[in-house]
Amino acid sequence: MSTTSASASAPAAGFDPVPVRRSPLARFTKRATRHPGFMAGAVLLAVILVLSIGAPLFTAHDPYAQDISRRLIPPVWHDKGSWEHWLGTDKLGRDYFARLLYGGRISLMIGAATVLLSGIIGTALGVAAGFFGGRVDMVIGYIINVRLALPVVLVALAVAALVGTSLNTVIVVLGLLLWDRFAVVARSTTQQIAHADFVGAARAIGCSTRLIVFSEVLPNILNPLIVVATLEMAHAILLEAALSFLGLGVQPPLPSWGLMISEGKQYMFFSPWVITIPGVALVALVLGINLLGDGLRDVTAPDNRS
Amino acid sequence: MPLLDVDHLTIEIPTEAGLLHAVNGVSFTLERGETLAIVGESGSGKSLTSLALMDLLPSRAVRKARSMRFDGIDLMAAGRREMEDLRGDRMAMIFQEPMTSLNPAYTVGDQLTEALRRHRPVSRAEARDRAVHLLERVGITAAASRLGQYPHQLSGGLRQRVMIAMGLMCEPDLIIADEPTTALDVTIQAQILMLLRDIQREFGMGLILVTHDLGVVARVATKVAVMYAGRLIETGPVEAVFGAPSHPYTQGLLRAIPVPGRTRPGEPLGTIPGQVPNLIGPLAGCAFRNRCDRATEACAAAIPERDLGPGHRMACVLDPVAVPA
Amino acid sequence: MLAFLLRRLAVALSVVLTVSVIAFLLLHLSGDLATDLAGPEASPEQVARVRVEYGLDQPLMVQYGQWLAGAARFDFGRSFYFRESVASLLGDRIPITLKLGAIALGLALAVAIPLGALAAVKRGSWFDRAALAFCALGQAVPTFWLGLTLIIIFAVNLRWLPVSGNATWSHYVLPSVALGWYAIPAVMRLTRNGMLDVMASDYIRTARAKGLRPHTVIFKHALRNAVVPVVALAAVQFGFMLGGSIVVEAVFSLQGLGQLAWEAIARKDFPVVQAIVMLLATIYILLTFLADLLNAWLDPRIRVA
Repeated sequence: MSTTSASASAPAAGFDPVPVRRSPLARFTKRATRHPGFMAGAVLLAVILVLSIGAPLFTAHDPYAQDISRRLIPPVWHDKGSWEHWLGTDKLGRDYFARLLYGGRISLMIGAATVLLSGIIGTALGVAAGFFGGRVDMVIGYIINVRLALPVVLVALAVAALVGTSLNTVIVVLGLLLWDRFAVVARSTTQQIAHADFVGAARAIGCSTRLIVFSEVLPNILNPLIVVATLEMAHAILLEAALSFLGLGVQPPLPSWGLMISEGKQYMFFSPWVITIPGVALVALVLGINLLGDGLRDVTAPDNRS
Repeated sequence: MPLLDVDHLTIEIPTEAGLLHAVNGVSFTLERGETLAIVGESGSGKSLTSLALMDLLPSRAVRKARSMRFDGIDLMAAGRREMEDLRGDRMAMIFQEPMTSLNPAYTVGDQLTEALRRHRPVSRAEARDRAVHLLERVGITAAASRLGQYPHQLSGGLRQRVMIAMGLMCEPDLIIADEPTTALDVTIQAQILMLLRDIQREFGMGLILVTHDLGVVARVATKVAVMYAGRLIETGPVEAVFGAPSHPYTQGLLRAIPVPGRTRPGEPLGTIPGQVPNLIGPLAGCAFRNRCDRATEACAAAIPERDLGPGHRMACVLDPVAVPA
Repeated sequence: MLAFLLRRLAVALSVVLTVSVIAFLLLHLSGDLATDLAGPEASPEQVARVRVEYGLDQPLMVQYGQWLAGAARFDFGRSFYFRESVASLLGDRIPITLKLGAIALGLALAVAIPLGALAAVKRGSWFDRAALAFCALGQAVPTFWLGLTLIIIFAVNLRWLPVSGNATWSHYVLPSVALGWYAIPAVMRLTRNGMLDVMASDYIRTARAKGLRPHTVIFKHALRNAVVPVVALAAVQFGFMLGGSIVVEAVFSLQGLGQLAWEAIARKDFPVVQAIVMLLATIYILLTFLADLLNAWLDPRIRVA
């Protein structure tokens, strides 16, 4: 029934057309604030961002300062805990809360930098495939297939072992591996746009390919790409943690959450909190980003399907 | 006792923008052996009306009625299981889209026999025989070999014939066909319509034909109900409504469509200017008054139904005038 | 159909070849293997001997050709570390990883498909919301941390299951849960979305118009169609699981392919690493190929095309 999908531009009630128009930003804000998942993710992420970036404001401890006399102090809710180190200390006597806050910076930085790199690679490939089609599309589709066939963890570990483990290695390796979803999404969305009337119109008036791609295609595929970026950021953070856990990611004494879990592994039977605390932090961060991404997808969807 | 007696059927759909009054107080009756055509443009509520009879409305749509009886059975009071027992057995439905109305994963034979075996304690072989018999009856050649085919292997016209055969499996008392020919080629349309008419006569069923095609109505129906903006604005025997259309909308509709024997060659067809009103929120008075060239202030008040002849009613305050030319 | 099959097969084969080039170059362009192999205290003569012994003095193309020719016969050369053939090393480890992956996939599908279908049928209910929340949370849990947490809860505190090793079936329970966990949200969402699309389709309305009972409508008419895309996803997920087993095997000390890969990487045992990359990539390509075939079998429309 055509009447059931009455849009905002249709007359409100009865015979008199009362067009209701809101600015895109106002519409976004209204939808976003009504989306519980989006709001939960935004709040969670905001809290983690503030805590990590403003780490010195929230703890006086140095995350690298060792104190062998204060090793493996349990958190404050244990009998032997104290407010001095309210999340306890690790095997070298370093304050766990301080390491957690500074470790958040590493996760966020790796997530953002990786997504920037992989986003550029994937979007460029995907847009080229979708826009030019034909042989270009075939070749890029083939490249995507090859990339998907490579086992990510294994290749990342092998490369890290070969070129040397460091923060930069992790970023570059993950950036070079995680572009596939960007490419797939950019390809399919560009295909839709490339056949749209306004692109045909732009071609007809003689716009250059570059101008069309940057002024017509990219702005129109941005929303789905932002959604992919959030989900891939979560993916990258989880992979960094896994690589660091296996000893081929971020190196000590940097406070990566994956590394904290790895370092705490041998003490987990008697002091389970050494792995629980950084694990919960990881879950919270990734959950926040995923909720935000899923919410963003719903909120920026062209029309609310109810 | 009429086969079907609908009194004041109302369908409301809650939307983000407000309550959509999709169908508003529609009443009609149907006897066995009769064909009722429900006509109207898209969005007039004719399809929802037919779905409401089968209790197949989308889940968020709210169905209300003073009473709705099928062969004496109160459909408004019938429970879910009771309706499931009626559907496919005593009342069947044929849909607009033969291309998508059959399950792509199962063979034609499976989908046909399933309809019978759900309601009758018959063996697989008996169900198969009936399926072959009905496929032949609806004009499908090599019927037995079709049973093993998948829907995608059949043309649109064949699929619609399969749908009709499926509706007939339990020999229902009522068949509802919702725009059964809209998606088909013009040449096929006539064949399917004649098939429906012949079968309706042969089996003595009641047939409800939902359509926007007045040519179809003239050829097949015995009764017609014209819907506009969710309301029934004129109803009666086909000869009465077509011979003396009384509601300004019906008159406009008939002017807009060439009817064999009525429209002279070369004569320009009429149009109805303006737009259908939005049905979200309350709408008082005649829904057609913004497009009606004879509208007066009285049209903004509640519109009573008027009897114009045996079974011929309309919802308009104006005295009917003869159709010009 | 046959043309489609052959085309798919040709693409699959060329992807395998490309991966082999990448796997080969990745490890041969990263420095002088002979120096690494001979050890830090080796004399130039010893290094030269090692170079000849492993064929590293040959041009790169020749080395690749020899390696590929061997790989085609499942001969991946000799391990630098274990001094035995890579093939026999792999042969020992593959069954463990395949067993782990198969159990994990089975577990994930057994949980995700019914939950996803039920969530779609009860769309908007508390169950649907809970299922979606579980998806979001499930995807946020790192596999290795889940593994460690499972050990703490079920092996250490409750003492229901063994901590590590692969002696009995019970040793596979916790690793499979940890490995299968990550696939559950994806499969569940796909099932749910597929069911939502299918439930809104015309043929479901037809099925209801026949008076079929809800369980017939849902299980016979809806789920069959909704589950078609899940098959392809399951194949892809199984490939990911074999790749991801490296983490789980490290956590649970399962002596599978992943553990071997991890050790080989740490020891710069390149023939082994190369072989495992090749093997996993080939299995993945084979799986997606099989998924296409299975899809064609499940969906009669593709079967004919």
